[in-house]
Amino acid sequence: MSSASLRLSRRLGAWAFLGFAWLATALALLALAAILWTLVSQGLAGLDLAVFTMSTPAPGSRGGLLNAILGSIMMCTLAMLAAVFVGVLSGTWLSEFAGASRYGKVVRFVNDVLLAAPSILIGLFVYEIIVHPMKGFSGYAGAVALAMLAVPVITRTTEDVLRLQPVALREASVALGAPLWRTVLAVLWKAARSGMITGALLAFARISGETAPLLFTALNNQFLSLDLSKPTASLPAVIFQFALSAYDDWRRLAWAGALLIALAVLTVTILARLLSRETRRS
Amino acid sequence: MSGEAAAAVPARAAKGAVFDRAFEALCFGAATLLLVALVGVMASLTVGGWPAFKAFGLGFLTSAEWDPVAEVYGALGAIVGTVVTAGLALLFALPLALGVAIFLVELCPAPLRRPIGMAVELLAGIPSIVYGMWGLFVFAPWFARHVQMPIMMAAEPGSLLETITAGVPNGANILTASMILAIMILPFIAATLRELLLTVPVHLRESAYGLGSTTYETVAKVSLPYIRVSAIGAVMLGLGRALGETMAVTFIIGNAHGLPTSIFASGSTIASTIANEFTEATHELHTASLIALGLVLFLITFTVLGLARALIGRKPT
Amino acid sequence: MLKRSFLGLAGAALLLSTAPLGEAQAADISGAGATFPAPLYAKWAEQYRAKTGHRLNYQPIGSGGGVRQITAGTVDFGATDKPMKPDELAANGLAMFPTVIGGVVPVVNVPGVKSGQLRLTGALLGDIYRGVIKRWNDPRIARLNPGVALPNLPITVVHRSDGSGTTFLFTSYISLKAARWAAEVGANDAVKWPTGIGGKGNDGVAAFVRQTPGSIGYVEYAFAKQNNLAYALLQNKAGAWVAPSAETFQAATAGADWAKAPGFYQLLLDGSAPKAWPITGATFILVRTKPANPQKTAEALAFFDWAYRNGDPAAQSLDYITLPAPVKDLVRKSWSKVRGPNGQPVYTAK
Repeated sequence: MSSASLRLSRRLGAWAFLGFAWLATALALLALAAILWTLVSQGLAGLDLAVFTMSTPAPGSRGGLLNAILGSIMMCTLAMLAAVFVGVLSGTWLSEFAGASRYGKVVRFVNDVLLAAPSILIGLFVYEIIVHPMKGFSGYAGAVALAMLAVPVITRTTEDVLRLQPVALREASVALGAPLWRTVLAVLWKAARSGMITGALLAFARISGETAPLLFTALNNQFLSLDLSKPTASLPAVIFQFALSAYDDWRRLAWAGALLIALAVLTVTILARLLSRETRRS
Repeated sequence: MSGEAAAAVPARAAKGAVFDRAFEALCFGAATLLLVALVGVMASLTVGGWPAFKAFGLGFLTSAEWDPVAEVYGALGAIVGTVVTAGLALLFALPLALGVAIFLVELCPAPLRRPIGMAVELLAGIPSIVYGMWGLFVFAPWFARHVQMPIMMAAEPGSLLETITAGVPNGANILTASMILAIMILPFIAATLRELLLTVPVHLRESAYGLGSTTYETVAKVSLPYIRVSAIGAVMLGLGRALGETMAVTFIIGNAHGLPTSIFASGSTIASTIANEFTEATHELHTASLIALGLVLFLITFTVLGLARALIGRKPT
Repeated sequence: MLKRSFLGLAGAALLLSTAPLGEAQAADISGAGATFPAPLYAKWAEQYRAKTGHRLNYQPIGSGGGVRQITAGTVDFGATDKPMKPDELAANGLAMFPTVIGGVVPVVNVPGVKSGQLRLTGALLGDIYRGVIKRWNDPRIARLNPGVALPNLPITVVHRSDGSGTTFLFTSYISLKAARWAAEVGANDAVKWPTGIGGKGNDGVAAFVRQTPGSIGYVEYAFAKQNNLAYALLQNKAGAWVAPSAETFQAATAGADWAKAPGFYQLLLDGSAPKAWPITGATFILVRTKPANPQKTAEALAFFDWAYRNGDPAAQSLDYITLPAPVKDLVRKSWSKVRGPNGQPVYTAK
């Protein structure tokens, strides 16, 4: 093949590739715009101050989403705390300590399987181990179910990002006399911070919209209750009930709630990125 | 070196060693917790689904007959639906996610990088029920009018095209469900791939450019192979989500229990069947069959993941 | 800094979660089950709390869920749209009583046909839903609708994809009127539909019907009324063509003999009263006959007693049909079956 046509085919390949990357991004943004358009136009109609100050109403009465908002915040926060703790540690184990061991392979596989578990089955499992023996639905059970959904995501991303840190980083730290735990905490985690935060954000995005596991664990609550040992309201459960109902005011609240969840995820994402203040390598 | 400094070194090393062991034990405990959780879930599902396996035996997996009145249950329809929708979703989402990740890392103008990155992650933050409702009220009618109808009108009666596109033109079918699923898993895969691409050492990419490679060649021959093994993780994330997603699929898949006969036919997935029928099921065999379906999904996941691992070959870096 | 703000938030969440909030003296009653009466129970609970300060939290997790949870003892009362037979109740140690009535309405989208114009019978519904009658201008439909211009459109059958009391009522009625349906498909909250597409919830069915010309579906009456869906007339047992309305539902209820129904097991289908709507049914509450927490069960019964006395206007405003007064008295008498550890009834209606 002559060098001129080689250059042409390479150039064409490069152009096609660029075009594809632009097209893919444009499609993704188009889908986002379409969904957001529906979400925002329907959700804004239902947003007013009462949404943040009053609890869920019966049809025809005035009300808001206060109990659901607080319940979701409490359960998601607890769940994320537990999930980050377990997820980061297990991801670290898989990356730093497991090596090529058989057990490491098993745990990795198990994590991937848990990733694919339908959330409704996790909810049923937590029902069997917590709700049924304790004879009552509770926000704690809900938090446990959500944590079980978040852990595999965080484990996965933590391991992958830690793995890709250069060996030289680890060696330099050890050469300076740092013990292993210090190497991991102060060097590796810091270097992989951006990726780990992405993992936590993906996990949070996932559990913030989950309905099925909460239905079997935290149930839901018409009234405001900050007692996590009792049935606790949550935004996804309320959205699920109201969106498919016959009543306009309930449906408006459902869309407002959905918009709130999306906004919450966006806010947490922006905050986390700002606070981590990562520097791009490029 | 003075005597005190020499004496200090062994003491610090000893203290560090204790923490090291404790830290490793902590990490090990966390990892083992995952194993315990999975074993717990599988045990709970096996116990709950036992009556169904006892009643139907292996026929449960090969029969597509789902009749709650006659109390005959078979998982085949749901199994096929699950595999097909997850497969199609991954087929649609993976190239797009790769494109988006590469765009964000290599091609995007710097000021746009953060907003577009966050926009993609926002897709992940939309509650799955919103995907379901959007799919039902917005996407399905659009698809029916602009894609399904023209194809069905163009297909000659009796042709192959007509058979594979047969179905009610209302946009609620396996194909649209797969497309919604693809949009849902896109951000997970894209965000992870982007993070992975960012870990490729600068000097590797710069040397490729220095040798005269185009962007395409640098990405395809340097960056992607570097992250290949970890990139499988990103794909697993997406696949896992696609296999287990409930709400988005349930609204738009039409929920027919038999085997799908065309790409525009209604179908069902394991997750959608469980979600649809579990809350109302009163008979023990019905409930047990639904739980048995859950166990089958875990088995499918085991198989698919095992195959993926075998095909791609996981080597620790 | 991120760590610190995280910890701060976590600490706050934990603190808040253990703080009792105000009304610690008022009772917290929990119930779960059928989705059909959920909006009404929510309204009653709101009014009850304003009146007495007691909080009754009812959650619609499905009739099956209601039965499972009350049997497991995780809630104080359960609710179901599918009545349990007396032997099932005895086996599980439960007592059952009705609260309100509702009905199922066939809805159609036939171009050129207005709401309340199309006439159908139960037998015809069976044939349509079995896929035997495929087009709207089929002679069997045209025969019943002489003045109506029926288009030559294929019928798209829409049914529920999720299990539901609405499906139970609908298929029970068709099973009564169409022998072939009873033999081939039967009646349940979820059945093996011979044909058609499945929509999730009343909303899903309504959406499909609205979007697809030539379709037929079935929804709860309250849903049809609140969303102005085009309904069809049905021929009842007395031979009259009736439209779904509060009046025809009342007629179906009044015709039933509750005193003779042990355990209040009663299907209000195909009533013989002249104006009865044929697809009507009650929704029921389940309580344990020997409750683990007699105090809470007593509170639950007190709530329903209050609802019987004061809840009718709320029910009517939400398009539910209330029980006749004699039936309410029968229910109150039946509460003596629910006994505490000392053998005495936990609650006696005043």
